[in-house]
Amino acid sequence: MTGPTAPAALELTDVSKDYGAVRALHRVSLRIDRGEFVAIIGSSGSGKSTLLHAMGTLSTPSTGHVTLAGQRCDRLDDDALSALRARRLGFVFQQSHLAANLTATENVATGLLYAGVPRAQRPRLAREALERVGLSHRLTHRPNELSGGERQRVGIARAIVNRPELVLADEPTGALDSANSAAILDLLQRLHDEGTTIALITHDPSIAARAPRRITLRDGHVIDDSRNT
Amino acid sequence: MIRPRSARRTDGLRPARLSLRDALTLGILGLTRRRMRTVLSALGIAVGVTTLVVVTGIPASGQQALSDELTALGTDTLQAQLQQTQGAPAALLPDADAMVARIGPVTDATAVANTNSSVRRTDVADPSSSAGISVLASRSGLLSAINGSVASGTFLTPATADLPTVVLGAQAARWLGIRTVPRGGPSIQVYIDHVWFTVIGILDPTPLAPGIEQAALVGWGAAERHLGFDGRPTVLYLKAEERAIDDVRAVLPATLSPRTPGLVQVSRPSDVLAAKQKTDAAFDGLFVGLAAVALLVGGIGVANTMIVSVLERRGEIGLRRALGATRGQIRNQFVIEAMALSGLGGAAGAVLGVAATAAYAAARGWPVVLPPLALASALVGALLVGGVAGLYPAMRASRLAPTEAISH
Repeated sequence: MTGPTAPAALELTDVSKDYGAVRALHRVSLRIDRGEFVAIIGSSGSGKSTLLHAMGTLSTPSTGHVTLAGQRCDRLDDDALSALRARRLGFVFQQSHLAANLTATENVATGLLYAGVPRAQRPRLAREALERVGLSHRLTHRPNELSGGERQRVGIARAIVNRPELVLADEPTGALDSANSAAILDLLQRLHDEGTTIALITHDPSIAARAPRRITLRDGHVIDDSRNT
Repeated sequence: MIRPRSARRTDGLRPARLSLRDALTLGILGLTRRRMRTVLSALGIAVGVTTLVVVTGIPASGQQALSDELTALGTDTLQAQLQQTQGAPAALLPDADAMVARIGPVTDATAVANTNSSVRRTDVADPSSSAGISVLASRSGLLSAINGSVASGTFLTPATADLPTVVLGAQAARWLGIRTVPRGGPSIQVYIDHVWFTVIGILDPTPLAPGIEQAALVGWGAAERHLGFDGRPTVLYLKAEERAIDDVRAVLPATLSPRTPGLVQVSRPSDVLAAKQKTDAAFDGLFVGLAAVALLVGGIGVANTMIVSVLERRGEIGLRRALGATRGQIRNQFVIEAMALSGLGGAAGAVLGVAATAAYAAARGWPVVLPPLALASALVGALLVGGVAGLYPAMRASRLAPTEAISH
């Protein structure tokens, strides 16, 4: 395989997605290199969720293909895609989706479960991830004992615990007040500085402005892709 | 170009298998979400398993009690009589008991004879009022042959055999309203055919010889003298060495009636009692069927709970798919959860069933017997029902599109 010397974390090639007669994505091609911090901006209905799902291998494109960590995803079956997600991707959602009956450490360890990390190693890795998001003092707390911002940090820790190729964050601050939002963005910035590749999906231009590279979507088309110089 | 992590990359395409412990932990974790619902849906299974344990445990305990009882009563007793021909019980030869006693392994032989008389409490009572009580002439050695014992007073002895004295079976005494034989004091008399007989004894129940329980026993000589008895016995009771009992059984007909051996009926009272218990067992099948229906209904409850649970947990399912769970792992999680749910009910039901069986057996004075096979199959059945009930909801969970699950 020939190509740029810097290895791509993710590459979309002519990706379209149709829902019945509606085309939600139009031949999107983009490439995210390792170590990048990209914001994907678009208003509601611009196709950014569809793009996230395609990038995360959660849905199959109608045309085109996704290459993740060098793997052509259109050539993989559902089990292989699951394995790829388990080992190469980390997801952060608007809702943190924490299990109410598990501690923060146990919730983060769930991010290692499907990657085949042996049970004995999971608590240590989970604690390390919680330390990275600044929650070393909340290891044994349950979600109902945590603030909204802390819960989202646990969600981020779960996404990065297996050191994924790419973290996909879908409106991670959407359910938070501005102070907590700022703290979460600071955290993502710090993780990026430490080397984590991050794609942040947001409708908010002021949040997107924090990222060095911004991709703007409208009606399923990429209309802008700009970088800080 | 050499990729630094190429080894891991190929490996990355094969999903990791969850260890059994991880899979079980996941299944049980789901049950701790809504505890009241878990308890209520496990209850259906618990009722089914309780029923299964009870309907197998109680008959088994009863069977054990009976078999203990039979062992205590003795299984070495035989009873022989002639088939009735034209109404009246056919009579044997007058010395039939003595003939039988000469058979080698026979250790004891005695006879009773139906005198076709009636017994009444007084001479003014209605003659038909005693229809249930038969008046039997009895040899004085009857009790040892039927393992009987006297509850009150004494039994007939050779010395009193010719006197108008009577010993009442346990049931007959109750029917006549006589509880005990008075010591000293005025004696109790009953009116048999036209003669007053003095009650000298009352027997304990004799389960091996129900005919004796409902009889008034008079001496051989007294029957001949007062009741017009011809001296021919109608029923023989004998005891033989246990290991030879079948041989004795085989030669009895020819011994008692050489010309018409086919008319001789030989029975082993302990077998008759055991057979009666076996007919009760026919009802067990019905109860086991009922318990199975209860288990089935419990299974439907589990399926229902699981379907609701899958609908509520689309977010969790989507998250797990995003974290890398395969469809199979999602399906297994919910199947295991359903099995854990009904396994929980099964375990509770087993405990309840054992307690109920133990309480019932204790109340009846039985030993507690729990057929291990029934207990095991009730538990396995509960797990199986849970697995089947969970399969459809689990398939639905595994087929949810991860994107649909996440947007909830």
